[in-house]
Amino acid sequence: MCLWCLSESTTAFLPFQTTILAVKFNGGVIIGSDSRASMGGSYVSSKTINKLIQVHDRIFCCIAGSLADAQAVTKMAKFQLSFHSIQMESPPLVKAAASVMKELCYSNKEELQAGFITAGWDRKKGPQVYTVSLGGMLLSQPFTIGGSGSTYIYGYVDAKYKPDMSREECLQFATNALALAIGRDNVSGGVVHLVVITEDGVEHVVIPGDKLPKFHDE
Amino acid sequence: MAAVSAMGFSQHLSSCNDLVPEWTSREVSTGTTIMAVEYDGGVVMGADSRTTTGAYIANRVTDKLTPIHDRIFCCRSGSAADTQAIADAVTYQLGFHSIELDEPPLVQTAANLFKDMCYRYREELMAGIIVAGWDKRRGGQVYTVPVGGMLSRQPVSVGGSGSTYIYGYVDSNYRTGMSKEECLRFTAGALSLAMERDGSSGGVVRLAVINEQGVERQVILGNQLPKFSTV
Repeated sequence: MCLWCLSESTTAFLPFQTTILAVKFNGGVIIGSDSRASMGGSYVSSKTINKLIQVHDRIFCCIAGSLADAQAVTKMAKFQLSFHSIQMESPPLVKAAASVMKELCYSNKEELQAGFITAGWDRKKGPQVYTVSLGGMLLSQPFTIGGSGSTYIYGYVDAKYKPDMSREECLQFATNALALAIGRDNVSGGVVHLVVITEDGVEHVVIPGDKLPKFHDE
Repeated sequence: MAAVSAMGFSQHLSSCNDLVPEWTSREVSTGTTIMAVEYDGGVVMGADSRTTTGAYIANRVTDKLTPIHDRIFCCRSGSAADTQAIADAVTYQLGFHSIELDEPPLVQTAANLFKDMCYRYREELMAGIIVAGWDKRRGGQVYTVPVGGMLSRQPVSVGGSGSTYIYGYVDSNYRTGMSKEECLRFTAGALSLAMERDGSSGGVVRLAVINEQGVERQVILGNQLPKFSTV
């Protein structure tokens, strides 16, 4: 890369062009993302892409990074998990799903460029959120944010997150966080996809752009 | 740009030698978080207090709120040397202008002086400056002059490396018509959140309130910063 592009703009190469998050609440998890896919930050190749991939009945992943890599990894993880759950004769643990992603990311760290957030519900530990970073680190957290848009909302989520929120509070928290990130990040946009996972099932909520919460300068 | 290539070259030389630490070849930067908010009657400005040379904290109690005139201050971010030089030059020009005019200068004048210098020398400089103050014509005003030399008036402005983390917080918490105390709490809260997440920001929070009566300065020490529940 030539020197002038380095000093002109350190964001000439934006690896994770999205905003994704997952938050635990009392009784479940909410996993969410924006819906924009862009090439190089100046062309929106899709306004309505779904970045929330279901890898098992109560386990979802969201992807940040190279979409091709992410699709390959999640396809492999889906296969391995379904096989695993047949062998164990019970639904897989969320930690197992996250570990499968981690193994794939860590073993192929030279070739891959994708990070994941895995969230879901299982009988053993209830709602959980795991993050698998680019190099293959696995971490369990009460909530996590990722993608290029996440830098703008670290302050907001640090200030506003409370443990043991209700489902409605958590929905509002996730929607606000994504709306704020979309407002500041030009490679995040479109609609807000949210999936609410609880013991009882999975609910997909879509909030179109014009119904997103507005803040003071809009 | 010349700085970038020189840094790379000398870094290569000194990295061969373990006795010379890596930060001796780094430029001193106020990688930082700065912020200014207008309220009815004045402005509130805030900044962290960390100056870094690479990974070494050269000054942990820096004062990044620099007086330019009696009721006009600026917050500095970017290269410490560049911003100090620009602030000194603008202080001189503004002082001279104010004597010629025989009255206190406008905040807009100060902001334009910063903009002229930052735009003219934009290839050589690395400076992001927020100019804020009070004047009789327009009351409290905040002007931002980011890297590149644009000038824009905004009711609230954040800058520096730590500012990216608090855009969401500022967007959601700012309202028009806040009182001076609310602005102080808002600024202190935003700066603490940024200092928590940005490695180049930290230390204490310095605040300044500028209004018709004058300038009030405060320091909030690390253990007295507002805390947020991050599990």
